[in-house]
Amino acid sequence: MAAETTTHQTAISENADLLRFATAGSVDDGKSTLIGRLLLDSKSIFEDQLEAVETTSKGKGYDYTDLALLTDGLRSEREQGITIDVAYRYFATPNRKFIIADTPGHVQYTRNMVTGASTADLGLVLVDARQGLTEQSRRHAVILSLLRVPHLVLAVNKMDLVDFSEEVYNKIHNEFTQFATKLNIPDLEVIPISALQGDNVVNRSEHMPWYEGPSLMHHLEHVHVASDRDLVDVRFPVQYVVRPKSDEHHDYRGYGGQVAGGVLKPGDEVVVLPSGMTSKIQGIDLHDKELAEAYPPMSVTVRLEDDVDVSRGDMIARPANAPKPSQDIDAMICWMTNEPLRPRQKLAIKHTTRTARALVKDVQYRLDVNTLHRDQETKELGLNEIGRVQLRTTVPLLCDPYSKNRTTGSFILIDEATGVTVGAGMINSGS
Amino acid sequence: MTQTHADYQLSQLDQLEAESIHIFREVAAEFEKPVLMFSGGKDSIVMLRLAEKAFYPAKIPFPVLQVDTGFDFPEVLETRDNWVNRLGVRLVVASVDDAIKNGVIVDDGKTSRNRMQIGTLLNAIEEEGFTAAFGGGRRDEEKARAKERVYSHRDEFGQWDPKMQRPELWSLYNGRIHQGEHMRIFPLSNWTELDIWHYIDREKIEIPSIYFSHQRDVIARDGMLLSASDAVQPKGNETVETMTVRFRTVGDMTLTGCVESTASTTAEIIDEIAIARVTERGATRGDDRFSEAAMEDRKKEGYF
Repeated sequence: MAAETTTHQTAISENADLLRFATAGSVDDGKSTLIGRLLLDSKSIFEDQLEAVETTSKGKGYDYTDLALLTDGLRSEREQGITIDVAYRYFATPNRKFIIADTPGHVQYTRNMVTGASTADLGLVLVDARQGLTEQSRRHAVILSLLRVPHLVLAVNKMDLVDFSEEVYNKIHNEFTQFATKLNIPDLEVIPISALQGDNVVNRSEHMPWYEGPSLMHHLEHVHVASDRDLVDVRFPVQYVVRPKSDEHHDYRGYGGQVAGGVLKPGDEVVVLPSGMTSKIQGIDLHDKELAEAYPPMSVTVRLEDDVDVSRGDMIARPANAPKPSQDIDAMICWMTNEPLRPRQKLAIKHTTRTARALVKDVQYRLDVNTLHRDQETKELGLNEIGRVQLRTTVPLLCDPYSKNRTTGSFILIDEATGVTVGAGMINSGS
Repeated sequence: MTQTHADYQLSQLDQLEAESIHIFREVAAEFEKPVLMFSGGKDSIVMLRLAEKAFYPAKIPFPVLQVDTGFDFPEVLETRDNWVNRLGVRLVVASVDDAIKNGVIVDDGKTSRNRMQIGTLLNAIEEEGFTAAFGGGRRDEEKARAKERVYSHRDEFGQWDPKMQRPELWSLYNGRIHQGEHMRIFPLSNWTELDIWHYIDREKIEIPSIYFSHQRDVIARDGMLLSASDAVQPKGNETVETMTVRFRTVGDMTLTGCVESTASTTAEIIDEIAIARVTERGATRGDDRFSEAAMEDRKKEGYF
């Protein structure tokens, strides 16, 4: 296979857009093989990388090239044959660049999957056609739904091992669709594939004429992600105050940040939170260019007409449409460290550009990510567990529900002694 | 005024730029003493350009640190000086020779200069008390890097622990460190080699002339073409030949190979690498070829 393959990167057009997607699954599902296949067939693998993998495969006595070796990067992972951390992969087709967050599938690595899903536009869940839906595939769908990943693909893999059977596909399709009604999945595609043989991965399979949908690659290339952003509610967390204090730019005062929502234009009336002072946008700069507008996820510098007091951690919004500052936060939290989360614990919290301290008021319930059952008996969250938690913060957070805005609705929790990130939060509401 | 796209689409290159600018501002806001590690290569120049954009019209609010191996290409140093002068940033040079002289590191005659950079670099970070060091590493370069965070924690010994990495979610970076530790910051994590070249082309960014096709005296060694110089002389039956070449990466002259190429513009280079068959490190860096886990091992020690 390898010797004849001409590997080259595909030329990418100037206006190509970006799709970030997360994959979850274990070696058994053929996830690494699928990623290896996407990289190989989109010509994103180089000769020396392929040669190294072929050599290793031979050394292990395999009679095939183990494409999984391309993605399992750390030495301990290669030794154990499992994927234990999030790895990022890149490939491109002429009109789109893809960033894959490749995450492990086992329950003891839920936190890694949450991490990979946090920035994803699309989630790819793999099931083995022979086994159908498992606890693990349901859990993956639940996590992607909790993280509000707007597009989901269920890839029914190893179709070659079930004689490319339409019945098998339909059964899994129906079962999953029924399960998905309990989740927030705005867009679902179920694709029958064989990662090992390449059926419906890049090209449509000749073995499954009954399947009329797109190949996986075609779907990844064409799924519409631009409208997933909020272009209505203006949210601009101030990151950095730009003050040159030079002779040439003596009076320049700008607020650097990345637009988290809405469209900003010069002349717009704005409010600065938490102070509540109002002003108008005088100009929007990106380097030496003045922009007519700014929208997510642009990084710009905003100048205001009035000399109001604005600093890092503040937020610029619209007077009639601004988040309500709140110190009491109700959120779903994924816990990421061995020592459990318990009531009365104190942690550092980072939300947009604002850092504060938070007190755990209550653990309302723990969510069983396999069954969606809410366990209200246990008042703590262990490693990799997800639950609904009430927090009280030292200063108000300028937040939105995570379902409305994934930037202003998310936060991380940091252990103040070790400095380690121990939790990820998705805000239900603030009050 | 610049009109942006009517459909509110942002190209992937603009999204990468926006993400990198966000990272630069976040670090400048949260760290006491950041520094940008500058090799003179295209990636570190793109970093400098992004830092320029992040703080404009103010100056870049941190210095630039270069490790002088004693075998740097003169063309690279020239470009470095042009950039430093234009932007008015402070340049800190940490020299491998000085580090040997002062006993910071030991030249045992067997260790490559590239490896001796580690000690020199860590010593400079410690001496100047830098708390965050921007590096030009990209995740597409190598398997171990594919798992490294944008904010990558280093302990008091400058070591990276790949198994104890902090989770990194959304664009919420955790910059907490203890006394004596520092953070490596990789603002180009999500860029690929091709993205870097497209950006250099689009922004008309000045890079060292050795990236473009030129005539050079070279010696073929270990499957690489090394530039003939005082430091690299023919051994045994090796010969010096004049060839039309360019460099795909720049580093220590004794270790960095060039490739035969007639590409003399950024557009021609983009065409050339679009059909390249070998990764840039595999082709031209002697230091990465020794074992499958070579990069992971050097990173643990504190390599970039």
